[in-house]
Amino acid sequence: MVARLVVLVLLMTAAAASPAFAQRKQAKEQVEFGIQVAQRGLWKEAIYRWERATQLDPTYAAAFNNLAVAYEHEGQLQKAREAYEKALALEPENSLVRQNYDLFKEINDRAAQKDGR
Amino acid sequence: MTARLRKTVASLSLALVAAVSACTSYTEIPIETPIQPKLDVSAFQRIFIAGFIAGANEDVDANMETVRLLRSQLRNKGIMRVIDADTLPLLEVAKQNAADGNGSEPAPDQQATQPPQDQDKPPVFNDEKDLEPYQHLFANVAYWKRIGEEYQQPLIVTGAILFAPQQRSGFVQREQETYDSFGRRMVVPVRTYMERKGFVLRPTFIFIDGRTGETLHSETFREEILYNANQQTPALSSYFELMDRLLPAFLNTLSAQKIKGTRTLLK
Repeated sequence: MVARLVVLVLLMTAAAASPAFAQRKQAKEQVEFGIQVAQRGLWKEAIYRWERATQLDPTYAAAFNNLAVAYEHEGQLQKAREAYEKALALEPENSLVRQNYDLFKEINDRAAQKDGR
Repeated sequence: MTARLRKTVASLSLALVAAVSACTSYTEIPIETPIQPKLDVSAFQRIFIAGFIAGANEDVDANMETVRLLRSQLRNKGIMRVIDADTLPLLEVAKQNAADGNGSEPAPDQQATQPPQDQDKPPVFNDEKDLEPYQHLFANVAYWKRIGEEYQQPLIVTGAILFAPQQRSGFVQREQETYDSFGRRMVVPVRTYMERKGFVLRPTFIFIDGRTGETLHSETFREEILYNANQQTPALSSYFELMDRLLPAFLNTLSAQKIKGTRTLLK
């Protein structure tokens, strides 16, 4: 039993040291820094950080969600849509992303209607 | 490292990633989404809210109220110089046009779509069909060009306003407060049959180039409000409440707007 536990701990340590985990950790740092700067109104810097996060870990839904929010704030609606859709494809059950996307669609549909699209 | 061990490490790392994701924390942030205006109005320095085809419904003069409201909103926002002139007698002009055959292309069933000639009092518009006989006026390029010349070639805003009472009955969902056997408060959705009445506002805004008399853009909105049948709400308050909802969209036709909202950032 103890031996199994030791093996499990060792395996978990190995997993934590794996490239996937390391990349997620780096991406998370970028995401958190992006949030800090966005809260100070530095949205361009936030976009840079969140784009970096999505490059580091293309499976990180939160990074795509935040990037979509930033694009929306900058009026880049097509890019925002793509980023939201990517976030939802990665985490279809995430209600917070879904809520953001629904709010975005309301605005985007209005703009699209105006453009005659 | 054996293949089996590598596989186990990989699955555990994915599990760790998933575990980290599961502990997602979030923060809300206010955003302002800029929406570009539909019309390029840089060629115009002045705007003339000329008036609207509207009937006399429920003690609300939808024409005058809309003209007043739009002019004041445009002035407050500083969107072009607003021409302060009398509104145009569009109903009379439309009737005269129809009588002279000066409308746009005559419709095959023009007899049926001519405005009523024998009424002294303003007509009552209850639905879109009642407005149809007057629509040809907006396509009368010569008329609008002449108006444009008179007011130094502004951007002209006109159109039709339908403001009519609305009555509807049916099942509606509402929330009801209940208490369970432990005295805990709960709110449950219940469906109840209700008689409701209110108003529908359906304005069509037409933007005309005062230099040419041509229509640049046209937009129709529809908003409705329904109250419990026992509730007495003045028609004028309902009118303003409905106009309030669509004013941002109207203003956004002429100028860029920022739509405020809140979004959730995830970690």
